[in-house]
Order: sequence, then C-alpha cells, then structure tokens
Amino acid sequence: MRRVNPDERAKIAFWLNGRRVSGEAEPRMLLTDFLRHVLGATGTHVGCEHGICGSCTVLIDGVAQRGCLTLAAQAEERAVTTVESLAGADGALNALQTAFQKHHALQCGFCTPGILMSFTDYFARNPNASEADIRAVLGGHLCRCTGYAGIVEALVEASRSGNPAA
Amino acid sequence: MKPRKFAYIRPDTVDEAVAVLGEYGDDARILAGGQSLMAMLNLRLVEAAALIDIARIPELDTIRVAGDKVEIGAAVVQNRLLAWPDLKSRLPLLGALLPFVGHFQTRNRGTVCGSIAHADPSSEIPLSLAMLGGEVVLRSLRGTRVLAASDFQRGVLTTAREPDELVAAVRFPVAPSRHRVAFREVARRHGDFAIIAVAAMVEDAGAVRLGVGGMTGAPAIRRIEMNGGTAARDAIETLAWDLEGFEDIHASARLRRDILRRIGPVVIEEACRCAA
Ligand code: FES
Ligand code: FES
Repeated sequence: MRRVNPDERAKIAFWLNGRRVSGEAEPRMLLTDFLRHVLGATGTHVGCEHGICGSCTVLIDGVAQRGCLTLAAQAEERAVTTVESLAGADGALNALQTAFQKHHALQCGFCTPGILMSFTDYFARNPNASEADIRAVLGGHLCRCTGYAGIVEALVEASRSGNPAA
Repeated sequence: MKPRKFAYIRPDTVDEAVAVLGEYGDDARILAGGQSLMAMLNLRLVEAAALIDIARIPELDTIRVAGDKVEIGAAVVQNRLLAWPDLKSRLPLLGALLPFVGHFQTRNRGTVCGSIAHADPSSEIPLSLAMLGGEVVLRSLRGTRVLAASDFQRGVLTTAREPDELVAAVRFPVAPSRHRVAFREVARRHGDFAIIAVAAMVEDAGAVRLGVGGMTGAPAIRRIEMNGGTAARDAIETLAWDLEGFEDIHASARLRRDILRRIGPVVIEEACRCAA
C-alpha cells in the first residue's frame, strides 16, 4: 500500500514520452503542475483546472484524460504521453499537426496541445470516425479563438488520411 | 485553483481499502476516476484529510455477469462499459445513455460506481440504476451490505452510504429482450450537465416505465399506463406539476417542467416505436 502524508514530498517516477522521469511532489500536486514545474515539460497547458476546458489533456497508458483532474501520484509507474512526443526528433510535424497547420486550426495555440492529445487517442481507437463523432469528441475542449471550423476541417482531413497519429 | 493538503493512500486490495476507510471515516474521500471529486477539491468546495485511491485495485476492475444481473466494480471506467460487447443486448438503457455522460475524455477516467456514489440529481447513470431497479454493494470492516437503488440515493449528492463504507460495485438487472428503451436529455452542450434527462422503457403491452432526472434530488420513476389517446401526455403533465422541479444556475423550475412536457412524450413514443 502506497501512503504519503500531507506534508511529505514523495519521489514520483513514471515514463514521460518513453523516457524515465522522476521528481518530488506533495500528495496534492496535480499532474499538470508536476509536468510543467517539476519536469519543465510546458507543452501541456493549464486553463480552468477543473475539468472544463480540456487544454491539459494528456495520455496515461495511451488513454486521453484531464491532467488537471489527476494527481502526480496517480501517474506513478504509468506511461504519460504529452504533445512534446508528436513531432519527430528533427522537429517534423506529424500528420495531425500538419493538418492543423494547413487548415489554420490554431491561432493562439492555447487549446491545441489538449486537442491533439485527445485525437491521438481517439483516432487510434476509431480510425473511421465521422464528422459527427469528431465533433462530439471535440466537445470536450474549449477554444476561444478559432470558432472551431478550422479545427473540424483539420481533424476530418487527418482522419481520412488513414494514419493521423503517425 | 489547487486543492488543500491531504494524505494520498493507494491500497492494493479491497480489504486494505476498507481498513483505511474505517480508520479515517468521514475525513477520507474515495478517489476512483476523480472526474467530479478532483474538480471539487481543486475549487476547494470539498476538503479531505485523506484520498484513498482505489483505481488500481484489480478486483474492483471487473464487469461480471452473475445470473440475471451485471455487476460492475468500482474501478470500471465509463468508456470501458461503453465498449463492452454485450452492453447493447444486456443493458440497452446504458447503451443509450452512456454516450451522454460527460465527454469522451472524462468517460476515459470517470467510473460507473463513482457517478452513482456522487449522486448528482441530473446524472444519467443513477437514473439508469433507478430505472432498472439495480443495487449498490457497500463494503466496510463490518461486512457487506446491498441496498436497492431507491434506498441508496436519498437526495442531492446524498446517499445512504455510511462514512466507513466503500461503494464496491453496482448491479444492473439484465433487461428482458422485450424491454425496449429510449433516452433523451437537454443540456447546454452535449456532455454538460443535463438540465432534464428522460428515459422510457416499455414494460409490457400496456405500460411504460418512465425515469426523469434533473427535476428532483433523486431520479423520479413512474409507471405510465398507455390507454391510448392522450394518456402519455396527460400523465406527463401531471408528473411535471407533481415533481415541481428546482431552480439553479442552469434553469428555472418552470423551464424544467416545460422541457419535461416537451421531451417526455417524445421519449415514450420512441420507446413504444422500438417495441412495435
Ligand atoms: S485545465 Fe484541465 S480541463 Fe481545463
Ligand atoms: S487557438 Fe486560441 S484557444 Fe484555441
């Protein structure tokens, strides 16, 4: 049984984008803060911190979820995947990111990492998603800039291209 | 915002979990998916001396068919049940309403039992448990208790769970194949809290079982005799006045009654059409 007292700073270790990482955290530290402040991985954004906006979405063991509704301690020994993993080592964008660029699916880019991570999971499980399916999943995100039209176009194109997360 | 301080405890077995819960009682909160609890902690609407994380306990992560019931453990997330191959044939009502529970991203973490334990009056899953006449399995150091859904949910966010009890599982009765269902809800945006949720199930030739969420503290369930003509409409008119509805930031009581009047008959008709 894992037990960490309120003031105790426990060592938390997991895999981040395939790399073993670790740091210290109190029990109340959110995964988003652990990623950004302890590990310096600032690709994951934080908007509302109560599960509404979706900007904090990351994958844990391949499944898209709200980083702000997750404690760092809950990610222990799991595989966490963030937006930093999507582009190649040479910086080349993947198919999903390329579609976003092409369709102007971002303006300020605040909401983008979360949306990319949601659909990285969703397209992997649902390769033949319809536009209605895509809109339903996009409903878990808020974007205050684009009006969503470009995002939907990019997602529909990425979905049709066959292997959007590649 | 950030939550206040708490201890983090992650037991490996149900026995360990109920032992820790016995130790802390009311001061602890059970953390499964955390899709409501973490938001409330972050907003400091609730505080806890300890969070007991049960998400990794293997014996709670099971969907079991036992006789004429489907038992769903406390660690089973909503999207896992939604992807269960037997869902549409055994629990068609859940098949119809689970896509309305939160968003894809929150269903990936939110649990079936957590939604029932949280007991939000407009939640879809407690409505389905009440409609089907299901049960809640509670475990504590004192033993195991099984409560009918109608005895479990007492009102807004209030249940019959004692502070040392863990909602270990819920049991949904398998619907006979002639039970056809329909479900609709009205929300500001798909996946947001329902203002009104309505489910209907054709029980036998002359009657429909109707469930309404969002009007009262706990789901309201009624049997409506279908004597042809305006029977359904009249019954819903009476029901709307009977339940009254409540007022919150999403809707007035009057709007709630109005929505029920509009979607109630449609849902009943849909269920009857499926059955024909
Ligand atoms: S920051 Fe997590 S949902 Fe908004
Ligand atoms: S691009 Fe600015 S919030 Fe979406």
